[in-house]
Amino acid sequence: MSDTLLSVKDLKVYFDIPSGDLLGRHPLKLKAVDGVSFDIEAGETLGVVGESGCGKSTLGRAILQLIPPTDGNVVFLGQELTKLNKRKLRAVRQDFQIVFQDPLASLNPRMTIGDIIAEPLQSFFPNMSKRERKAKVQDMMDKVGLLPQMINRYPHEFSGGQCQRIGIARAMILQPKLIICDEPVSALDVSIQAQIINLLKDLQKEFGLSLIFISHDLSVVRHISHRVLVLYLGNVMEIADRTALYEQPRHPYTQALISAAPIPDPSLERSKSRLMIEGDLPSPIDPPSGCVFRTRCPKAQEKCARDIPKLTDDAAHGGHFVACHFPD
Amino acid sequence: MAIPITPHEKRKLGDELSEVKGRSLWTDARRRLFANRAAVTSMVILGLIILMAVLADFLSPYSYEEIDWDLMTAPPTWQGFHIFGTDGVGRDLFIRTLYGARVSMAVGVIATTVALTIGVLYGATAGFVGGRVDNAMMRFVDILYTMPFMFFVIVLMAMFGRNIFLMFFAIGAVEWLTMARIVRGQTLTIRKREFIEAAEAAGVSRPRMILRHVVPNVVGPILVYVTLTIPAVILAESFLSFLGLGVQEPLTSWGSLIAEGANELETAPWMLIFPAAFMAVTLFCFNFIGDGLRDALDPKDR
Amino acid sequence: MTSILSIRDLSVRFSTPEGEVKAVSDVSLDINKGECLGIVGESGSGKSQLFISIMGLLADNGQVDGTAKFQGDDLLKLPRRKLNKIRGDRMSMIFQDPMTCLTPHLTIAKQLTEVLKFHKGASEANARKRALELLDMVRIPEAANRIDMYPHEFSGGMRQRVMIAMGLLCEPELLIADEPSTALDVTVQAQIIDLLNELKRETGTAIIMITHDLGVVAGICDRVNVMYAGQFVETGTVQEIFYDPQHPYTRGLLGSMPRLDQIRDEHLTAIPGQPPNLQNLPAGCNFQERCTFAFDPCWQTDPPLEEFSPGRCKACFYQGFDNSQKGAAS
Repeated sequence: MSDTLLSVKDLKVYFDIPSGDLLGRHPLKLKAVDGVSFDIEAGETLGVVGESGCGKSTLGRAILQLIPPTDGNVVFLGQELTKLNKRKLRAVRQDFQIVFQDPLASLNPRMTIGDIIAEPLQSFFPNMSKRERKAKVQDMMDKVGLLPQMINRYPHEFSGGQCQRIGIARAMILQPKLIICDEPVSALDVSIQAQIINLLKDLQKEFGLSLIFISHDLSVVRHISHRVLVLYLGNVMEIADRTALYEQPRHPYTQALISAAPIPDPSLERSKSRLMIEGDLPSPIDPPSGCVFRTRCPKAQEKCARDIPKLTDDAAHGGHFVACHFPD
Repeated sequence: MAIPITPHEKRKLGDELSEVKGRSLWTDARRRLFANRAAVTSMVILGLIILMAVLADFLSPYSYEEIDWDLMTAPPTWQGFHIFGTDGVGRDLFIRTLYGARVSMAVGVIATTVALTIGVLYGATAGFVGGRVDNAMMRFVDILYTMPFMFFVIVLMAMFGRNIFLMFFAIGAVEWLTMARIVRGQTLTIRKREFIEAAEAAGVSRPRMILRHVVPNVVGPILVYVTLTIPAVILAESFLSFLGLGVQEPLTSWGSLIAEGANELETAPWMLIFPAAFMAVTLFCFNFIGDGLRDALDPKDR
Repeated sequence: MTSILSIRDLSVRFSTPEGEVKAVSDVSLDINKGECLGIVGESGSGKSQLFISIMGLLADNGQVDGTAKFQGDDLLKLPRRKLNKIRGDRMSMIFQDPMTCLTPHLTIAKQLTEVLKFHKGASEANARKRALELLDMVRIPEAANRIDMYPHEFSGGMRQRVMIAMGLLCEPELLIADEPSTALDVTVQAQIIDLLNELKRETGTAIIMITHDLGVVAGICDRVNVMYAGQFVETGTVQEIFYDPQHPYTRGLLGSMPRLDQIRDEHLTAIPGQPPNLQNLPAGCNFQERCTFAFDPCWQTDPPLEEFSPGRCKACFYQGFDNSQKGAAS
């Protein structure tokens, strides 16, 4: 575990919600991310899965410092990001990038795609000659599967899948060490989705990238990740190697998620047993005491309401961390 | 790369090796605007009116204050080339209508520019800084909104006398409120767009962010609002002139001409008809152009 | 078997400023009682427009041709008044986004009873009783308390259940579900699919499931029609489509799906290229530009949808697909 690239410790992001108090005193706290810790090594892909409202997108943005974290540490290449000033933070941005969910919305409609992809170059290497910049952009376009002669076109002239390639080219142009992918394929059609997943895997192999792949789609996450983190209501439920997590999930929430995800195989899909979880997601403004999942957990007992389960592994399951009082 | 190439793509690749020029949103918008018949007609008519106003002195043998002693309150006639007739003191109505156009349009454009400048600066600041500053700034606008501004302008006029520059300023000072609200709203929506976040992640500096990412994306709606503000300002000016608070005689504006014409409606209807027609057509044109621009810039909104 | 809905040569065209767009071209299908038919396709394939058109909900610039016989009545030729009697009563549709389909300012009770009063002439009390029964049936907890709430007080999954309840109020013979679970989380989606499965078993309602998600299709459909660029390219039973796909597009779709239960090759077998622009379709087969099997005839002629074994159709000239040893199942 020598080359840890990114280390997140007890990261918390709380948002203030107006409480109706006229002077704005005592705002309520919405706990979007509530104490998340994990490490990523160079060249590794960490999948982050969870349902809507679990804080997965907020987590990604908080790591990049696009949303200021309320508490906790983010150590990237030995630097503590939460304490950096604006100028220093900007310098670090060279090494981590983000790819967004909505490909078209993440591209400025008034700029040509050449300018869009070149933008990071422009801000970090303002002295680079125009020629060199163009060569680099076209080279990257080629790598992500865009015809380099399309450089003067505008985003609206491209389909969703191509726009996502443009977004990936922009993220890749500085050859960063880490890319956070926030649901990069969920807005795309199945056939296009596969192209983008393949592309990300190829780029990772070629450049030794680390990826944080945020998605609600368990199948996609299994395919692309080395390790997987399961998030529920801003808390980590389970984090493990992908095979261990999918073959032997230890947390009841992970088990429910996996059993609910459909498999494109009629015989398997119809014969498998489902572990249903009842009820709705509790409000992140007033999360349950103890274990946040206990209100919907089939295994919940008294202890779960009292004590917050710690994220731990044990001798039999080394490296398979789970936050549950009664794991399998 | 591992993306397989289909036989079709192989055949097609040859055709597209030259760099393709893209169609920007502006190009698209221009195309849509020029496809809009009402807007194009309006632009042509408006262009003609402006041209006539500019060339007024060459189009008529008279000046706007010259009195033709032989023909007072004359209906349109070829005699002496009074094609729009004359007013009560024998001044040529054609040249006066064109001079009225100059004043009205100048008020429209200058007052709108005043409103635009204040409104954009104020609204963009509020929208960009956000938080408490935004709150305070917009509450201030809300308070100003509740004031009876026509009344305020009238008081100003009464206090400082009739001064055309004061009028520019006064009307502009009223119109900037709406402009500020629109700009703030636009800035806020743009700020929440993902490409701003992407730019931030790409390390783009603040000034460049505003220049490259925010401004080009708010220009469209502002442009539309400007074309709709000009006729509103022209109306406001003519209202003031109608009340006798407008430009000083013998200079005139459409509002003053209409006011005079209204008094002589029964005896000399042409004194009302011509200036009123010019003004109505101009207002129509501006509104059609504004509509056309809106449709062209945001086709989804239709 | 009795066919409830029988569509013949249905086409949907839209006139746009850029010219005419054929969203659906010459599509035919039959659906029987108690059956679930899956319509699979990507965005822009015309799968939604096909059914929106038979519900009479097409946008103003759209035009339908062909016939759509619903138990003898041609839905496309019925006057509005008669169509209103059928839709919502004997045939209903549920949409992807439940929030946009529920009126925000009326309570759930009001919206549900209204339908019953209109179609069945039920009294207020009876309608309310029936509405409650249905909310219970779609497993809305504490339905009796919740019935007088407004749509925004429900979560996304709950709203979709309300929509389904509304679709089922009058015990329709046909339920058209347009991506009913796409906007929902997996755990909620699983509940909705289970609910629809139960419905099919208990009431014998025929269901048309419009979706892009092959996992959903695998879980609920009996037969599947795969749609591409406004046409059906392959039809068959769910087993045949998943274990013996004969059209390159179907094969591509199946290969594109990452699997939850296993890790296949490092690379997914993606379909290259982009879906075609409907305004500017290629000559010959619509799929040729993305097809790795395309050969001469594909560039000239559009392959017709032909039956090659009982109940099995495909629109493709290529014959050499052999799924026997590969076993697409695993």
